Parts: sequence; structure tokens; C-alpha cells
Amino acid sequence: MLVIGEKINTSRESIKKAVETKDSEFIRKVAREQKEGGAHYIDINCGTFIDNEPELMEWLVEEVQKEVDLPLCIDSPNPEAVRAGFEAHKNGKPMLNSISGEKERYDALAPLVKGYDCKVVLLTMDDTGIPTDAEKRFQVAKDVIADLKDGGVKEEDIYVDPLVQPISTDTTNGLSVLETIKKIHKEFDNVNTTCGLSNVSYGLPQRKLLNQTFMIMCMTEGLNGVILDPTDKKMMGLVTVSNSLLNKDPFCGQYLKAYRDGLLEI
Amino acid sequence: MKRFNEKVMNGDAEGIKDLIQEELDKGTAPQRIINEGLIAPMDEIGEKWKTGDMFMPEVIMAAQTMKAGLEVVKPILGENMETKGVILMGTVAGDLHDIGKNLVKMLLESAGYEVIDAGVDVSTETFMKEIEKQKPNIVGLSALLTTTMKSMEETVRAINEKYDDIHTIIGGAPVDQAFADKIGAKGYASDAGGAIEICDKLISA
Repeated sequence: MLVIGEKINTSRESIKKAVETKDSEFIRKVAREQKEGGAHYIDINCGTFIDNEPELMEWLVEEVQKEVDLPLCIDSPNPEAVRAGFEAHKNGKPMLNSISGEKERYDALAPLVKGYDCKVVLLTMDDTGIPTDAEKRFQVAKDVIADLKDGGVKEEDIYVDPLVQPISTDTTNGLSVLETIKKIHKEFDNVNTTCGLSNVSYGLPQRKLLNQTFMIMCMTEGLNGVILDPTDKKMMGLVTVSNSLLNKDPFCGQYLKAYRDGLLEI
Repeated sequence: MKRFNEKVMNGDAEGIKDLIQEELDKGTAPQRIINEGLIAPMDEIGEKWKTGDMFMPEVIMAAQTMKAGLEVVKPILGENMETKGVILMGTVAGDLHDIGKNLVKMLLESAGYEVIDAGVDVSTETFMKEIEKQKPNIVGLSALLTTTMKSMEETVRAINEKYDDIHTIIGGAPVDQAFADKIGAKGYASDAGGAIEICDKLISA
């Protein structure tokens, strides 16, 4: 289960402020805490700075790498920002978050994906919008996967994100994501899936409960990547527990290690 | 009219239709049924939503019920139906997200506005054409992506340049009051309840 730490995002007020004041100490602390929480990738998103995103992306990538040895997830639809992030990246294989079936976005970013040795998140939407059902989501993913593979991208580097939408506005939104995840893993041996969870609970109280439960349900269908807050001990505990229950933890080794490290909260 | 409240709040569309028929048979003015039986309960629900006593699915259910009632009264009034104003809405060019826009649209309708939906990925040119055709009092623009904030700016500036009497309002995850001020939008709200307040304020000004 690949855990991508979501906290370095300038849509969060504290990160926005740190970027504005070039507070590298703060950025490095947020990176370190996510690594300590168990993240495998650190997401970097400075998209709210629409005027100088590439320059800030480069700065963030450099600062974070001074602190942690984890690879980074370059989170932007802007090819210039992505290129700046990739160029500054030194910690192994970077990840691009994200491409989609939208033609303009795909045409701008696909050459970068094919040109760099990287992982890539693929959003299941195209120029007709975000599909409401699993079948359309799967079709969008299938077409883009075929094209990426033609360009030499390996299945194991592709992470399909089925775009979680709130159940508060349409109660079918949870199920269609679960069905998409299931179908992707059924049709492709090595393509991965990932998603952000918190959208599912938008507009409802006690959101954490919905996010937690939904993650477990997604993992049951095969989800093997997730973008979340790795400093959330409860959530990370549930990742470990689910892995063990799904036969992804030989001799319950990770479960028992987490227990001994005091990481399993009830 | 108090009985309408409970039916709207419980999502009882059939109950609403029966109540409306009852009132019509008694000779209650159709516009009064709309204002006091349908819009008033939605105002109350909006308040409860704001204070955290009600939640989005309940608000959507109520709005759909309110709308079912409105569909009964509307044909009777026809052209004579009063609305608070006409609002043109759309998600800006390059952006395909519509959940937020649709929600705001639904709530503005249930607050008594006539809302025309231009859809998603709406270019400045299309906005301008729709404005000519629909003559709205307010134009609401939605964006969910940081990359499409530029389209929003372009459209707002184009509208402001050509029309003095149309209010532009914006909303969506990446935008805030500071951005609204920067691009010259007349109003910003962080949620659908706020959008109603802004529209009420702009219309009555």
C-alpha cells in the first residue's frame, strides 16, 4: 500500500504562509513528520500560486529533499511546474499527480510522463466531465493506459484515481468508486489504484468516520495507493490493519510491529 | 402555512402537492403559497444548515421537495410568477466540475431566484451570448481548479467592462474574497448558503 502524504499543499493556510515567507524550516518539519508517520511519497502542491508555480515547485522540491530521502509526488496540471519539479528531483522515482483523459491536459503532460522515469496518477475524467458511473470511469482509464503503454510507460508505474465525489450530493458516489477500483484490478494485472478519501464525506458530520470506513472498503476492492495525512495515527493504523486482514502482511509482521511501536489506536 | 414546513423538511413531495391543492381550493393566492409555503421553509432550513443542525443531504432532499411543489404552482402563475431575480450560472472555461455549481443553483432556485444554467467549461464568449439572451441580474461563476482561476478572471473582467448593471459573483474551492476583489467580482461566498445571502444583498442594493 503506497501512502502519499498530502500535507504540503498551498491550499492549506499554514503552507501558503510558509511558502510566501520562504520558511524552509516549517516546510521541512511538515515533510519530516509525514515521513515519520509512514509516508512513502510526499506530495508537493503549490497550485494556488498561479503566477509563479514552477519557481515555487522547484524551491519546495529542493527544501523537502534536504530533509527527507523519500521520493516526491509533483502535484500540478501545469507542465512547466511539473518539469521544474522533475528537474529538481533527486530522491529516486518521482510521481506526477496527475494526468487525465482531458485532451489538452493529456497532450501537455504525456510527453513528460513518457520522457522521465516516473510514476503517474491518472484521473478518470475526460473532456465530457467526471463520469458518474464506474463503466465510464473505467473506459477513460483504459484508453489512457493504452496510450501510455504505447509510449513505453509500464503498468506498474500507473496509479488510476477514480475521483471520489461526495455521497452527500449523490449517494451512488461511493459505490461507483468501489466498482471502478475492482474493475481496474480485474482487467489489468499490474496497474495500481489510488485515491484521496476526504471528498467522500463532504457536507456530512463526523467526516473522519466516513473517510476511515471508505478507505477500508476501497482496500478490500484492491486499492493499493492512497493520498492522506500520514500524521493521522488512526488512519495509518487502519492501513496496517487492513493490509494484515487482506493477506498482505506475512505472519502479521507489520501489524505486530505497529502494535509494539504503539501505533495501533482503537 | 406552517404545515408546509414539516413536509418540506421531511422530503414529503406528495404531502406538499396535497397541501398546495388544499390551499388552492381554499382560494389562497398562488404567489403566497410559493412565498410562505415553499420559500419560507427553505429559508429556515438554510438557517439550520448554517448552524450545523441540518446537513447537505437533508437540504438537497428539502430543495427537491420544494421544487416538486413549485412545479405545481408555476403553471398556474405562468409569466406572472414573481422571482427575486434572474441569475446566470456556469463553470468557467477549462473546468468540468459541476457538483458545487449544481448545488448553488438548486439552493438559489429554492430561495426564489430564476436560475439559468450555462453548464460547464463555459467560455467568455458563451457567457456574453447568454447574457444578451437572458438579461440576468447576476452572473455566478464557478471554478474548482487553480488553473481555471485565470478563465474566471477573464470572464469577470469582460462582463464588467461591457455591463455596469450586472453583478458578477464567484465561488469554488481555490477562490476567496481576496481573489474576488482582485478580479473585480462583486461578490464571493464560501458556500451555497453564503451565495444566497450575497445575491439577496446585491439584488436589494
